[in-house]
Amino acid sequence: MNWLIAILQTLLFIVLAPLLAGWLKCCKCRLQNRKPPSLLQPYRDLIKLTSKQPVVAGQASWLFPIAPYLVFSATVLAATVVPLIAVDLPTSASADVIVMVGFFAFARFFLALAGLDIGTAFGGMGSSREMTISSLAEPAMLMAIFTLTMTASTTNLSVAINHVLNDGLILRPSFVFALFALILVAIAETGRIPVDNPSTHLELTMIHEAMILEYSGRHLALIEWASQLKLMLYGVLIANIFFPWGIAESFTAQALGYGLLAIMGKLAVLAIFLAIAETLVAKMRLFRVQEYLSFAYLLGLLGMLSHIILEASR
Amino acid sequence: MSASNWTTDFLNQLTAAAITVEQFSLPSTTLWQIESGHWQQFADYALAQQLRWVAGWAEHVEGRLFINACFEKQGVYVLSRAIVNAAKPELPSQATVYPAASRSERHTQDMFGIHFTGHPDHRRWTRHQAWAKHDYPLRKDFPVQGGPETVTPPDKEYPFVKAHGEGVYEIPVGPIHAGIIEPGHFRFQAVGELILNLEERLGYVHKGIEKIAEGRTPEALARLAGRVSGDTTVGHCWAACRAMEQATGIEIPPRAALLRGILAERERVANHLGDMGAICNDVAFIFAHMQFSRLRELWLRTNAAVFGHRLLMDRIVPGGVVCDLSEADCALIERECVRLSKELSEIMPAIDLNSSLEDRLYTAGYLSPEIAAALGTVGYVGLASGQDRDVRRDAPYPPYDQASFKVALEDKGDVASRFWVRYKEINASLKLIKQFIAQLAAGDTLAEWQTPPAGSESLGIVEGWRGEIIAYIRFDAGNKIARYYPRDPSILNWPALEKLVLNNIVPDFPVCNKSLNGSYSGNDL
Repeated sequence: MNWLIAILQTLLFIVLAPLLAGWLKCCKCRLQNRKPPSLLQPYRDLIKLTSKQPVVAGQASWLFPIAPYLVFSATVLAATVVPLIAVDLPTSASADVIVMVGFFAFARFFLALAGLDIGTAFGGMGSSREMTISSLAEPAMLMAIFTLTMTASTTNLSVAINHVLNDGLILRPSFVFALFALILVAIAETGRIPVDNPSTHLELTMIHEAMILEYSGRHLALIEWASQLKLMLYGVLIANIFFPWGIAESFTAQALGYGLLAIMGKLAVLAIFLAIAETLVAKMRLFRVQEYLSFAYLLGLLGMLSHIILEASR
Repeated sequence: MSASNWTTDFLNQLTAAAITVEQFSLPSTTLWQIESGHWQQFADYALAQQLRWVAGWAEHVEGRLFINACFEKQGVYVLSRAIVNAAKPELPSQATVYPAASRSERHTQDMFGIHFTGHPDHRRWTRHQAWAKHDYPLRKDFPVQGGPETVTPPDKEYPFVKAHGEGVYEIPVGPIHAGIIEPGHFRFQAVGELILNLEERLGYVHKGIEKIAEGRTPEALARLAGRVSGDTTVGHCWAACRAMEQATGIEIPPRAALLRGILAERERVANHLGDMGAICNDVAFIFAHMQFSRLRELWLRTNAAVFGHRLLMDRIVPGGVVCDLSEADCALIERECVRLSKELSEIMPAIDLNSSLEDRLYTAGYLSPEIAAALGTVGYVGLASGQDRDVRRDAPYPPYDQASFKVALEDKGDVASRFWVRYKEINASLKLIKQFIAQLAAGDTLAEWQTPPAGSESLGIVEGWRGEIIAYIRFDAGNKIARYYPRDPSILNWPALEKLVLNNIVPDFPVCNKSLNGSYSGNDL
């Protein structure tokens, strides 16, 4: 039963990710005084892409066509670790948050290799930029997560969420720092404005898009889907660690239903905030990203310090 | 020194240097004919006199090649000409003196087979690989329909400038781009993200405009001129019509001049709105992009409703205009101007106060006044780098001779300056439109056309939305065009892009490029 729910939860992740992307697009369009496309547009795009024949560059090696599958699977595996509608699931128990970061790194590694593989200038440029940013984002992310795990004395997400749930609503300074650190990292890692512009057509400014410029058809669909999944993963991570209320603690249909509604509501609100932020700011100069991520790291560090100074003694 | 006597001074200097100048009077300017051997020396003296190199082109006339170069100072334009034999055409290059002349001379070299001795760069420019070694498309013996239709060989061998060293890499961009823009190739040499060198490779939209212009009637030429660059259809059409009208010696009715002014200012506003939005879009500030797109779209719809064409194509014809404004139209346009300036006054503070946007636009893509002057940049690119030039003020033509406006000038030379120059120009244009509407008096809008004498020639100079546009026209017998050369402002502004991106990072190139927004079509002809 537990395994069934765990599988169901992972499937929910996969199915709902495009919806979140559609909702985000919808919010952004509204803020820009535009008529938004249908919420289901990302699904239509994925269907359209899968029905197209993928075109692979002549000089691509075996790595290029398999990378999308690796990226997608790694992201799905990362999704199994994160509690979406319920805690105490067996998949969450078997792996902790560091494994999740590892899955992300794995996916990114193959995407960067694929970007280099076809030998175009853009692919290499995108891979180089992506690795630069990730090397700065990962420490910041781990710092934010360590702050949380020190409070809960575990790196297991499920246990950590339980801990927050049981403690009730306590304003912890460390959590506020960690929350902001994680939000900054999430924006960088999912390639949103101001770090990257997911909807640009300007090859030279791209980061994530430059790596995948040569992908088409179902390969592109898988990569797009994986990045939607990644966006949702970060959203769920932020929503469920810092605001876990509503998540199912028992496996009754009612609790799970409430859990699903709660997380969808939380994600919808988060997406609105993201859309507002993306509308308010321009993309920063590439070399500002290091300052931005150093700031995220600093926030994480301050979170940890405030935990040690203010909270650990209690 | 007054505007009139620099020519006297200059001629005296040339006489002292034993450069013989034969003077001819053209309808709009004077023609100085020079020995071809003195071509470069002439440029040396011109530079010493601080003349600006404006345009360069050639013409094949009965076994001889006329090489022309136009210079300007204080609003006075002078056309210089050297004549060489078509059998072995050769003359010293002016590009060594005026860097601005470099690409025009390469274009002339490709199209006519003229060898410019001492030119620093003899690579093909416009001609690419489409024509065989001794095919010169603009010579009279070259067929208009071109050669037999075969697949054009790929342009693989172009010797780009190479950079060497540890960590230097090359980024080839284009000619096909991910967005829907015109084709052009950009070759970057970069270390990390820092741009060491940029080389442009244009000519992918060479349409043979100069060739197909030959033998046209004035009406057909005006239509062709309106298609030199789609976004400057009013500007080029006006320049060509002005040249033809001057060559023929006809005056257009005052009402037609005012209507032309309104058309040109409306084109300027529409394009500046589009550009300002696009600059914001290139730094992912999409809110502003959407707002400017909306304003531009409303503006274009009024164009369609009032003038019958969104981009105002073919409204200007030789002798006047083929559109008119009713009282209601005038009121509509005036209301729209008021609404636009009100909307802009709401949007601009939001943009001005946005620090993330400021961070991207200020100091990016710096073009120093020295380089801007050396390259002879015109329009907003020049104005943003302190090059105080505007044909509407410096060499006023109807209806601008009766109008008052301020030329937008900035001195920072960065992307933000080019952005703000556009905004100021929009405001000036709105005021000009109001003035023109107020001056509109009942009358004809079209003067009767007369057949010009064979060989009559003239320069049409107007301020398009990108800057100064030059159109050269020479008539043949029977009301036919013998030669048409349009010099789009982009021809002078494109080289500035290679300079202003230096020391910027690769991802800042698109916004630098957009702030310059050269026309590919206008450059490639």
